[in-house]
This record gives sequence, C-alpha cells and structure tokens, in this order.
Amino acid sequence: MSIIYFLIGCSLLLATCFLGAFFWAQRTGQNDDLHTPAMRILLDDDEVVPPEK
Amino acid sequence: MITQTLNIEKTTCYHCGDDCLSADFIVEDKHFCCHGCKSVYQILAENRLCSYYNYNNHPGATQARTDKRFDYLNDPTIVSELIDYADQRVTIATFYIPHIHCSSCLWLLEQLNKINPAVHYCRVDFLKKQLNIRFEHDKLSLRQLVELLHDIGYEPMINLQDVIKKQNSATKDNLVSKIAVAGFCFGNVMLLSFPEYLGISAFEQSFRFFFGLVNILICIPVVFYSGRGYFISAWQNLRNKVLNIDFPLALGIGVLFARTVIEILTKTGAGFADTLCGLVFFLLVGKFVQKKTYYHISFERDYRSFFPVAVHVIENEIEKPVPLSQLHTHHRIIIRHNEIIPADAILLKGEALIDFSFVTGEALPVNKTLGEIIYAGGRQTGEAIELEVVKAVSQSYLTQLWNNEAFTRQQDNKMQTFNEKVSKYFTVVLLVIAFSSFFFWLPGDFKRGLAAFTAVLIVACPCALALSTPFTMSAALSIFDRNLFYLKNTAVVEHLARIDTIVFDKTGTITAGNNQDIRTAAVLNDEQKQLIYSACINSIHPLSRMIYRSLGGAQRLHVAQYSEIAGKGISATINGNQIKLGSAGLVLGEPEKAIHSTNVHIMINEMYLGYFAFSHHYREGLENIACLDQSYNLQLLSGDNDHERFELLPFFKGQQKMHFSQSPQQKLDFIQSLQSGKHKVMMIGDGLNDSGALKQSDVGIAITDDVNNFSPGSDAILDGRSFEKLPAFLRFAKDTVKVIHISFLISLTYNLIGLSYAVTGKLSPLTAAILMPLSTVTIISFTSIATHLAAKKRKLL
Repeated sequence: MSIIYFLIGCSLLLATCFLGAFFWAQRTGQNDDLHTPAMRILLDDDEVVPPEK
Repeated sequence: MITQTLNIEKTTCYHCGDDCLSADFIVEDKHFCCHGCKSVYQILAENRLCSYYNYNNHPGATQARTDKRFDYLNDPTIVSELIDYADQRVTIATFYIPHIHCSSCLWLLEQLNKINPAVHYCRVDFLKKQLNIRFEHDKLSLRQLVELLHDIGYEPMINLQDVIKKQNSATKDNLVSKIAVAGFCFGNVMLLSFPEYLGISAFEQSFRFFFGLVNILICIPVVFYSGRGYFISAWQNLRNKVLNIDFPLALGIGVLFARTVIEILTKTGAGFADTLCGLVFFLLVGKFVQKKTYYHISFERDYRSFFPVAVHVIENEIEKPVPLSQLHTHHRIIIRHNEIIPADAILLKGEALIDFSFVTGEALPVNKTLGEIIYAGGRQTGEAIELEVVKAVSQSYLTQLWNNEAFTRQQDNKMQTFNEKVSKYFTVVLLVIAFSSFFFWLPGDFKRGLAAFTAVLIVACPCALALSTPFTMSAALSIFDRNLFYLKNTAVVEHLARIDTIVFDKTGTITAGNNQDIRTAAVLNDEQKQLIYSACINSIHPLSRMIYRSLGGAQRLHVAQYSEIAGKGISATINGNQIKLGSAGLVLGEPEKAIHSTNVHIMINEMYLGYFAFSHHYREGLENIACLDQSYNLQLLSGDNDHERFELLPFFKGQQKMHFSQSPQQKLDFIQSLQSGKHKVMMIGDGLNDSGALKQSDVGIAITDDVNNFSPGSDAILDGRSFEKLPAFLRFAKDTVKVIHISFLISLTYNLIGLSYAVTGKLSPLTAAILMPLSTVTIISFTSIATHLAAKKRKLL
C-alpha cells in the first residue's frame, strides 16, 4: 500500500503541471479575448488563389 | 457572386445600406449613396478586398460626412500619448474603433497589410472594439495609418482621455490566477479528505498523518496567496474602524487554517482543509462574478473625452495643430464646421452659429456676433470661424464644473449596500456567540470551549452572505444587459432599488436626439415657396435656417425691403410681394393661443397662408414614465427654454416640477438640494451639460442612441430604445433586492443549523464539509432562479 505515497505525489505533480499550463495561457493573453477567435475561424483565408493547372 | 443581391436592392447603397438619393455614384453597376462610400468601395476593389461584402450585406458605415483633419497626428507629443510601444523600426498602437460591428469588419481590419504592406500585424478584439496594430513607422506614419482607417470607413476614436490604456491597467489584478490556485487546491484536498470521512481501517492509520500533512501543504497557497486579499482588506477596514464583511471572512479563514494545522500536527483530528479551500474558492468566484463590468463601454468620462485632441492655431499666418494641453490664452484658433470650441474664446472672424446642446441642452443653434465670448463646449455649425482664446482650457466655464467636488469625491460615500449594512451587525453577533460559547464551556472543559469558539467562527463564516449579493446582482446585470441597459457595477442595482426621486433632462433624454420636425401646416405653391425661401435666407435665426433648409434648392429672389424684429419675425418685400413670417403676435396681430409647438406663421400680401410647426419628438413610452409619479417624485431639469412647458404638463404634473433654463452648475446644485432633503435621486441625462448632475446624483444614467458614442460619465448607460422599459427596470431592481434579502434568510437558516452543532463544541469536519458547500449551492441556485422569475414577471426576459 505504500505505493500510495508515490501515486499521490504523481497525481499532485500532474495537477501542478496543468495549473502551470493554465498560468502560462493566462500570462500570454490567451484568455483575454474569448470572442474574436470564434469569429475569425469562420472567415476564409483568401479568395484569390488562382488554381494552377 | 457579388452582384447577386443587387437586383433586389437596387436603390440602397452597396456599402452602407442607406437609401441612394442620387444616381451619381455608380461603379460597375453598384450603387452608392455618396462619394465617401464609393471611394471606400474603390479602395477595397483596388486591393482585391471585396470579400468584405460577402460576409455581410452592407457592412460599411455611411461616409456622408465632412472631411476630418488628422494633421495633429504629426505632433510627436500627441503621437507618444497614443502609441503603446515604439522602437527604431516598429510601432505598436491600439485604437478604439466604434464602428466594428460584424465579421466583415473583423476580416477587413485584419487584412490591412494587403492595402499597405508597412502594416505587419493587426488583431481585432471584437467585444472591446479595439484594433491592435503593429506597423513600420518609417514607411507609414501614425497619421497615414489613421487616415487609411478613416478612408476605409473605420475611423478610430481618438481623445485625450485614453480609455484603452486605463482598461488595460485596470484588469491586472490576478483574480483569475487566485481562483485557479484555490480551485486546484480545493479539488486535491477533497480527494485527500475522502478516506478520512469514509473511514480508514486500523492498519492503514499511517496514511492519516500523511494525508493530513499533504492537506496542510496544499492549504498554504490557498490561505497565503488566494486568501491574502481578505486579510489585507479586513486589516485596512479595522484600522479605519469599519466592520465590513471581509472581517468575519478573514477570521473564518484564519481560524480554519489554524485549527486544521493544530489538529493534524497534534493528531487530534482531521482538520477542515477541504472546507477552507472550498470557502476561499467560492468566495473568489463570487468576487469574480461581482466584478463583471461592460469593459467595452466606458462609464468614466469627463470633458476630455468630448474635446478634440488638438486645435488649429494660427501663428504668423500659418495654421498649425497644437495639443489641447498647450493651448494658451491669446492663441488665435480656427474652428471648422462641427468642431467643438475647447476653451472660452472671443469671436474674431466669421459667422458663428453655435450649437450649445452639449452644454446647456438648448437644441437650437445660437448666433454670436463678433467680439462676443463663446464658452467652451459649443459646437460650430456652418463656416469656419476664428477665435481668440481668453481662458485656458482648465479654467473654462465648462471644465470648472469638473473641479466641483462631485467629481473628486470618493464613489463610496454613496448609499450603503445591504451587504455593508448587514455585515456590521453580523460580525458583532458572531463574535458575541463565539465568545459566550467559549466562556460557557471554559469552567469545566477548556479544550471544549476552544473547540466551540473556533467552530462557531468556522460555521458562521458568512460565505453565503458574501455570495448571495454578487450572484443575484450579476444575474440581474445580465438581464438589464439584454434589455440594453448597462450598469457600471453590481452596487448600482441596489441603488436603483432605493431611489425615490427621478430627475429627467429634456433635450436628448425625453426628446429623441436633436432632430426637430418641421411640419408645414400650409398649402404653398412654388412661387410662395420661393418667396419664403428668399426671405428666410437673409436671416440667421435658427428657425429661419430650418425653414429654408426644408424648402431646399429654391431660387433666391431679390429682396427689396427687409426687416427682422428680434424674437418676433421677419417682414420683407420681394418682387412687390409683402411677406410676413413669424410669431402670431407679428403676423396676426394677436398672441398665440395655447398650442403645443413652436409655430412660424406665414402671411403673403395680407393673406394668411398657415404656419410652419416645429415640434420635438418625444421618446416612445414617455406615458409609461409619467405613470411613475405615483411612486416616485418626478422632476424635469432642462437647459432649454420653457416653450414646451404645456406639452410636458401631462407628464410632469405641477409647474413646480419643471425647471427650465438651467446651467450645468445649477443642475448639479439642484440635485444636491434634493439630496440634502434626504431624497435618493436618480438623474437621467445625455449630454456634457448633465455630467455634473449625473455624477452628483445617487444613480446617474446616461441615455444614448448609440452605446458606443460619447456619453457622459455615469453609473449606467441606457440605450434610447429601452427608455420605455424604465419603470420595469426600477421594479425589477426592487425585486432583485428582495431576492437578496430572502437568500440572506436562507443562509442564516444554514448558519443557525451549523451553530447549533458548533456551540456544543462537537462540530465534525464532515458536518462542516457538507454544510458549507450545500449552503453555497442552495444560495447560488436560488438567486439565479428567483432573479430569472422576477425578470419574467417584469417582462424583461
């Protein structure tokens, strides 16, 4: 059962990683604007790409 | 692909959707309403950016405006104010662009580099209506960039009070990080506490201490990072001798932590680690919800946001833009059509026709003669004029209003919220119970006394109380938001519920906009029209100007004799015809009977033909508002003159409730006098002239027909379309406060149940762990459901 000590350590470490990832996203401004990217993705890249044949 | 829609909507502008009044502006069989719209299209077509029109029909803004001058953007001091960052090569700037409204806007603005390759990067924040842009300043100056944006129909709003920078600095309070930490710890602690509650078998006792230690470890960041704000706030309030809700909260958090650590280290119990983490987590979430504001709308504005950034000063016959802050007395300035006069000045040259609706509320433009002083805030309509500045901007009549204490005082001496009132008593009662249970057990059992003391502080920790207000209010806020009523923060809802006096501004508030209607109550043939036109064009009286504009395009005839009697009207002889225009007294020889509009009577060759009637449009639903006078004291406070007194009488019963010709300072004083009579005053206004009164009142509501337009600093912004819902808003605000009271009772019930365990000194961590989240969940769900039901009842959903 002493494996639990190790497992709890692992799970906490993993959770801390996620927390770190969240902090990183927050700091780089990924949560600043949650609306515009959803609109941006619906816009086409470019209309004038002449097909090469 | 693009031409599909054209067949159906032939007569509307391809760019902005307005009706095309002339067929002059046609490109590739696309119709445009004006030259501006056409040229925007041409710019886009040249750069192959016509996809703009594919995402939405008529995405553009109408370009039928006068040209804007941006040469002040060459001034390095102004430029440095506006940009975020600059190095040798690249400049980064953020602009507020009011016109951003659809996906086409987003697309076009992010394609700016196709129009000008000097632009490196463009990002639009749609909700904030901001454009973040990075460009090479060697190839493209800031002025050229702004001109480019203007040319394609996205003119940035540039003013001295930089709203964007203020917002960016305000959001830097890592509340989200604190919530993240608390949430992370809450989840982990719960997992680690499960075995304790479910029971650990005898031979696994060694785990108990280990779990406990891990729990303490996890609690540390919660208390010292996430919960730190509560300790600081409680301490500061204590020093100021105020008991607010943060004090019992901090006490609760502190006691929870201390007892957890002691119990675990002495191996006497499991501690309250999960309760602690959950408490802090929920509290922070509540705080976050409460902080919700409409950051794309600015509620804090002063005169600087109304005034131009720079003024054109003439020095040695040369015109050059000067930043407003450097404008001194004796400067000669040029003010063009539609520009605002930034400082009190003497008129030197040109025909001044100043629209003071911004300052006084008076809708009709005022004529000024040479040598007269024109106060700051007036807007010139007509030709360019030259003025000499006599007072610095900061000493102008208008800006003095802002030096009034109403603008400098702290917002928090407004009404106390329910929460603030209750928490005082709550804390006192809490401490009394805690200490009396401590002293009750003390003689026999010191440990039990201490246990009871701490348990009371833990259980009674006013978590639900702290949560009920933010959650109810934010639900209410989002309902108001849906109905186009934007509140600055949650406290405004409570203030709304408590007002007893409503003061209305007239122009722009109960009348819609500044557009007056001219109704011609006369049958005129072309010749008569021509005669009237020719007579009126000689006059600079505002009504004459409106008449000849409405007759538009007639031919001007030679006027043989002309005389104008101030305040009465015109008499003239044109082509041998006698023309009399003006008040009933002048034209008919008898004073006007009680009528409901301003009339200009027409008499040609001693024959009475009828009259022009000028009337304001009242906002729809004014009757609804008038019904409020049963429960509220309604007052009218107008800067305009009293010619509409009779029309307004049905709405504001009693002459003494209408106050006309009020200056901005008088408006402010009036609100103050009402407040000193123990009235809670709500002021509704729209212009610069109401700013003082709005600020002074307990609830100041700025009404506007375009939320993104300029509106004075206020507690709330109301879209003109929702004006008629005002009574419903007020009732709903009262309902909301009722919901808070009920949820407070619910939370008290939970507290009483918890306390009955706590005073015995036998509160188990399990009870606390169940009771705390249960009360939180009940409160949150009750408040949101009750608020929605209330909104349904008031027909706001």
